[in-house]
Amino acid sequence: MNLRARRHLTDHVMRVLAYLMAALAVFPLLDILWQVFSKAVPGIGLYLFTQSVQGNGGGLLNAIEGTLVIVVLATLISAPLGIFGGLYVAEYDRHGRFAHVVRFTTDVLAGVPSIVIGYFGYVALVVGLGWHFSLLAGAMALAVMSLPYILRSTEMAFESLRPDLREASLALGADRVTTIFRVLFPPAVPGILTGLLLAISISLGETAPLIYTAGWSVFPPTLHLTNSPVGYLTYVIWTFINNPLSQAHVLAYAAAFILIVLILALNVIVRRVFGKSNPALGRF
Amino acid sequence: MSEADVTPIDGREAQGMRGSAAMSGRSPASRSRRDLVVRILLGIAAASAIVAMLAIFVFLLRESIPSIRYNGASFLTGLTWHMGNLYANSYTVRHGIRAPIGATYGIWPFIFGTLASTLIAILIAIPVSIGSAMLITEYLPPRATLPISFLIELLAGVPSVVFGLWALVVLVPWVTTAIGPFIGHILGFIPFFRATTAGQGLLTAGIVLGIMIIPIITATTRDVMSQAPPDVKAGAHALGATKWETIRLVSLPWARTGITGAIVLGIGRALGETMAVLMIAGNAVGTLPKNLMSPISTMAAVIVAQLDAALQDPTGLAVSALAEIALVLFLITVAVAIPGRLLIARQARTRGGAA
Repeated sequence: MNLRARRHLTDHVMRVLAYLMAALAVFPLLDILWQVFSKAVPGIGLYLFTQSVQGNGGGLLNAIEGTLVIVVLATLISAPLGIFGGLYVAEYDRHGRFAHVVRFTTDVLAGVPSIVIGYFGYVALVVGLGWHFSLLAGAMALAVMSLPYILRSTEMAFESLRPDLREASLALGADRVTTIFRVLFPPAVPGILTGLLLAISISLGETAPLIYTAGWSVFPPTLHLTNSPVGYLTYVIWTFINNPLSQAHVLAYAAAFILIVLILALNVIVRRVFGKSNPALGRF
Repeated sequence: MSEADVTPIDGREAQGMRGSAAMSGRSPASRSRRDLVVRILLGIAAASAIVAMLAIFVFLLRESIPSIRYNGASFLTGLTWHMGNLYANSYTVRHGIRAPIGATYGIWPFIFGTLASTLIAILIAIPVSIGSAMLITEYLPPRATLPISFLIELLAGVPSVVFGLWALVVLVPWVTTAIGPFIGHILGFIPFFRATTAGQGLLTAGIVLGIMIIPIITATTRDVMSQAPPDVKAGAHALGATKWETIRLVSLPWARTGITGAIVLGIGRALGETMAVLMIAGNAVGTLPKNLMSPISTMAAVIVAQLDAALQDPTGLAVSALAEIALVLFLITVAVAIPGRLLIARQARTRGGAA
């Protein structure tokens, strides 16, 4: 085979390989969606939302409410810290040493395994502060986990604003606080929301940080912040799929279905409404 | 109007001068005080990430101290993990630490399981990710890139426990009946690749981890490759280079630092992944894998698997030993994340663009 033919053959082989690799990357997602949807659909019903888990069956009321309450509380904790922290890094100290350290620590924190954060929560909050398995302990663990995403996407939202907006506001005599909160904040809102929604979508699917902080309960959450364990959907998936009974499997698939639908919806909203891609992939 | 211009004028006049612009109407002194207060409050919020990082380290270290004193270096090298007799009336004492009779904490099999499954994951993820990123940035028309990118990013959004569920019902049977025997067929002359056991084990864990880190590596690789200078690519093309030669000689070298960083971040993610591994790795305790399909456990998975039992330990040493595993895992993942971030930052600094 002459050189020219070999080069073109290589070119074709690489093209085919690229398609093949992308197919390999996309296939698991499609099969996961297919497996979960096809096996969950027979079990979908109103009872999921009206009954709590009982023994190996029942519904998912306690877990759905628990997941929502934990994630809402976690977001209430992480959102102000992340948004204000991102604001500081972007607007007050963009090139400073402290901001540099914050940025780097945040990125490294994003890489800390969720089970490590969960065990920290167990040691420091559940045992250390005597909160026992509780809503607040679970929410704190999730808040630590989602803080980096919110902080970095807020920072990015402010840094990607047109600089003349900032300059015009200052030139008109506005001080920095007014410039940030009245002029820069509104156009940065889509970027901030992107980070917030994706942090929520990650929190919804977490298990490891919750097992030894939120614990597990078959009762709907009581809204006691401490001393009262909370159930959540991912726990149902983890434990019920290993249960031999088919009614337990149905609940596991239904829980996975509900989570995947919520997470898909959040991702599509972020894509469609804000046109951003997922900063959770570590490229901020 | 600068700060100096308004200084001699009192607040009300200054506001009048500024007309209807949305100004605070405060005196310069109170404005700078407000600026300082906001600056401090925002600075505290920014510091929360550092506080969280330090708190994780300090609390895990403090909890680990009994285990560190009891085990010394044999913690990392020991092959046996046994919590001892948790229900005996007496206990032993070593280095001033009370322990259940027969308690031995060696985590080398967990460290090995973590490293081996991560190695398999990375061998799978590197070609798939770089191939996918190549397809997205070089081969597909712009119209088609968004849907493919979106699908791969959705893969990143799938919860770990759902990966575990899928792996349990789909991947484990495949590995048992097809993938494992196939590898055994080809590489069976090496004993390690001769599959003997069922599908829950090292190979399945590695495959799941590989799938889970594909989106992370693909996204960063795609971003840095798409920054490759188009004029150099056009130049290569004009000189007669084929598409693949352009990629190999222009785009990939351009993106090398960023891709390396992305792979390192993927390694970090695989090292700490918990739920999916816990559900399909076989949870072997105290044994090193004999072949590619032997049951294993990883550091992350064993923390979840063992804590219930550890809580029964009246001396509390088992909980401390698990904290030491978490501490070791924390230090390893931080040690991996730092160079990963530095590489991606260097790519962004020297080559511009999106990392």
